[in-house]
Amino acid sequence: MSGIVVSTTVNGDPQDFVCAPGETLLHALRDRLGLTGSKEGCGTGDCGACSVTLNGRLVCSCLVLAAEADGAEIGTIEGVAEAGKLHPLQEAFIEHAALQCGICTPGILVAAKSLLERNPDPTDEEVRYWLAGNLCRCTGYDKIIRAVQAAAAQMREETHGV
Amino acid sequence: MAFDAAKDRQFKVVGTRPRRPDGIDKVTGKAQYGADMSAPGMLHGLVLRSPHPHARIVGIDASAALDMAGVKAVVTNADLAEPEDDFYRDIKDNVLARDKALYDGHAVAAVAATSLEIALAALDRIEVEYEVLPHVTDVDAAMAPDAPVVQPGRADETVPSGHSENVTGYWQFGHGDPEGGFAKADKIVERSFKTAATHQGYIEPHACLGSMTSDGKGELWCCTQGQYMVRSTCAALLGMDASQLRVTASEIGGGFGGKTTTFIEPVALALSRKCGRPVKMVMSREEVFRATGPTASSSIDVKIGMTSDGKVTAGAATLRYQGGAFPSETVLFGAQSAFAAYDLEAVRTEGFSVLTNRPKEAAYRAPGAPMAVYAVESVVDELCQHFGLDPFEVRLKNAARKGTLSSYGPTFDEIGLVATLEAAQAHAHYSAPLGPNQGRGISCGFWFNFGGNTCVSLNVNDDGTVGVTEGNPDIGGSRASISMMAAEELGIPYEKVRTVVTDTNSLGFNDVTDGSRVTFAVGLATINAARAAKAEMCRRVAKLWGLEEDAVKWENGAVVPAGPNAGKHESMSLAEIAAIADQTGGPIAGHHETNADGAGVSFGVHICDAEVDPETGATKVLRYTVFQDAGKAVHPDYVEGQMQGGAVQGIGWALNEEYIYGDDGKLQNPGFLDYRVPVASDLPPIDTVILEIPNPGHPYGVRGVGETSIVPPLAALSNAISRAAGIRLAELPMSPPRIRAALRG
Amino acid sequence: MIRVKLWGSLRSLADDQDEVEIDARTLKDVRDALSSRFPRLKPQIDRGVSFAVDGLIYRDDWLLDVTKANEIVMMPRMVGG
Repeated sequence: MSGIVVSTTVNGDPQDFVCAPGETLLHALRDRLGLTGSKEGCGTGDCGACSVTLNGRLVCSCLVLAAEADGAEIGTIEGVAEAGKLHPLQEAFIEHAALQCGICTPGILVAAKSLLERNPDPTDEEVRYWLAGNLCRCTGYDKIIRAVQAAAAQMREETHGV
Repeated sequence: MAFDAAKDRQFKVVGTRPRRPDGIDKVTGKAQYGADMSAPGMLHGLVLRSPHPHARIVGIDASAALDMAGVKAVVTNADLAEPEDDFYRDIKDNVLARDKALYDGHAVAAVAATSLEIALAALDRIEVEYEVLPHVTDVDAAMAPDAPVVQPGRADETVPSGHSENVTGYWQFGHGDPEGGFAKADKIVERSFKTAATHQGYIEPHACLGSMTSDGKGELWCCTQGQYMVRSTCAALLGMDASQLRVTASEIGGGFGGKTTTFIEPVALALSRKCGRPVKMVMSREEVFRATGPTASSSIDVKIGMTSDGKVTAGAATLRYQGGAFPSETVLFGAQSAFAAYDLEAVRTEGFSVLTNRPKEAAYRAPGAPMAVYAVESVVDELCQHFGLDPFEVRLKNAARKGTLSSYGPTFDEIGLVATLEAAQAHAHYSAPLGPNQGRGISCGFWFNFGGNTCVSLNVNDDGTVGVTEGNPDIGGSRASISMMAAEELGIPYEKVRTVVTDTNSLGFNDVTDGSRVTFAVGLATINAARAAKAEMCRRVAKLWGLEEDAVKWENGAVVPAGPNAGKHESMSLAEIAAIADQTGGPIAGHHETNADGAGVSFGVHICDAEVDPETGATKVLRYTVFQDAGKAVHPDYVEGQMQGGAVQGIGWALNEEYIYGDDGKLQNPGFLDYRVPVASDLPPIDTVILEIPNPGHPYGVRGVGETSIVPPLAALSNAISRAAGIRLAELPMSPPRIRAALRG
Repeated sequence: MIRVKLWGSLRSLADDQDEVEIDARTLKDVRDALSSRFPRLKPQIDRGVSFAVDGLIYRDDWLLDVTKANEIVMMPRMVGG
């Protein structure tokens, strides 16, 4: 079994690892790099718990081969807070009780951050469709949508305030 | 323990919405769930599963697998101990099949290897010789006299003679004379319903890491609703003493009842025992669907009589639930719950438990109640439509209340049903206008709630802060509510309390996180532990002041003099007492151990607006409001969360979710693509109205809130669709093809 | 003597009665008295039962005192999700 050497940037830091040819990016992140914040809920791209960004694009890391990430910039939940300061989305999720068990939360936060970078002022419907690939079984989504909108409003305020 | 708050009691912490203590870990990816743990020298375990729904296992030859480099152990049923009672023997024969594979996906053997790739390759080298047997997966087919028998000899003494051997249990409840009641009715409606099996659908697959040493000691990390239950089961299946196995619950990624039993945990320990290395096992989503806890599928007949002014004269129901390949009792909860919302002179329900070649059923949020209440609430609604009566007026006219002889036997104490119905009827949602192809449905729901075995230890730290240790995994914010009740009782800020969930060796036995019991029972034990600590602090301060113990009291987080002869003393706060603990007898703590009773039943009422697309048959939920009695909402955000989450699981059950078996007895949709749980874009906001009618069995009046909310949506949707599209389906889920077919007549 | 209500399908195992009178001071006494007087109820009682006392459900509380003033209903053992 010969391994493939992969050089990436994860959350801004250089990271090299050796992976098997058939290994997913999710497994490499979790088992090779110890970044267990991304979760495997299905392994088939249906639940979104493994959401990460790959060169800025939102992907299910269970559907990406680890070897494909060579030379790429990867963003995971571990990089959403900067130097211990929570992202407004993270603050809003805690403040609005937008999580119960919390297993889907990392994927939803990565996906929601990606949405707000593209669309800082989404409608509820836009948020719901953007997050339609992220399953949550606990909350019924209501508080998640409210938290995303609260974070979006705060981020808009911060942007205009500068 | 009785309700002790005066009517005008002002809570300071309870009822507020502070941040949960595990919030930052869970939004930053730091929280460790079942699959997030590793150990040095760890192996990876995988399970070989039966491709047949029913087959005799003639032989298993693992020699080729064991010859592979990197393969360290293979286990089968024969590697487990033989428990004495049926309960554990059934779990044993489910986690590794004994002499027959009883369903598609039934575990047959397991392997541990140095990598997942090697373990996967080794599964192919385990030779299993099967003799395929006829199978049955439908509940009604399994009851037929000539049906294939899943397990012979499992019927208990309650089953009337003349039934298939697949019928293992029979229950009957009720009172009065239903036939006499039906004779008084102006209209009788009799309908038969079927509901599909649904899965709890927790996003985190089962995962564990087990390690056994050669002296018989074990360590187990796993995602579970109850680490003590896992310890008891694994000890029984491995033939070891409970004291030698320490189980630590990881953070849990959803359970909803599905993690109140064990699957891979005893297997990982058996593999580890065989090879002396830690073994990690993580299920795939396909394994979760094929081999873990769906709820029962059901077949239900309901007969209800009503007078033209809306008085129900009698109700009767026959319920048939299949619980998979092992005896289950869920149908009895359906038979008890079906008519619980009604005050009836005559009611009779009966339930049959049936074996099929499907996975062993596990509890799912208010187990057994949703489908029974769906059937009854659908027929009540049909009668309302027949007479042109308002569905709230009819339910209020017949509502169970204090003093009602319940349909399942006892007489109700304080229950919140009438207040909940009145709140829903008066809500703006109920009178809002509807458009074309839109309809509004309502339904009541009921669940029992439990208390159960609970231990809490509370320690006062020397800086005036408090640590609470409890033994129930935090599945939806319970650490926050437990900390809040400790803070409330001690009169200190919430931020001064930290609650942790501990392992099996640090507290006495705790029942699993189920039955909506944690906020109720752990809260009750926490309040009592805090009261014990307060009593100790009062005792010490009284002695310092030279007073009798009854000459001091606890007030606003401090000991103060009490009574006419106490004299003048500066009050001493918890922090001041804690600071001199060393000098006054040592560390201050309180603890409480109980088998909590008095949980208090729970009712909910849901209003649902739905629109049916006449072309596609698709149903869109437009507006949804949940009304529920919480007794006292400790942390209203997480009470609302339970109400919303349960409602959406019920919406999924009503509209889309189903286990689909082919004629070959194999599960056709073991993945989230084809087993479709609700996604964000399917849903409107879920509005909530919390009622607070104190539970007489809890010092703060708290009732469990976790389960009731999954009960009403099935009928609320069915009733809304009926009023939107003029059709009444008798089968769940009401998926677009079924609605389209019904619309085409 | 106290009265204990049984659920319907147990009637045939208890001489066709759905309410029985027994001598008992605690829920443990209730269990024992029912098991000895109606041996065909014993398998169900051994599998697990709860008791509703004045409307509140007690799962395993053998030591709970009961009197003839209480409404006592035997119920199947409770579980939850």
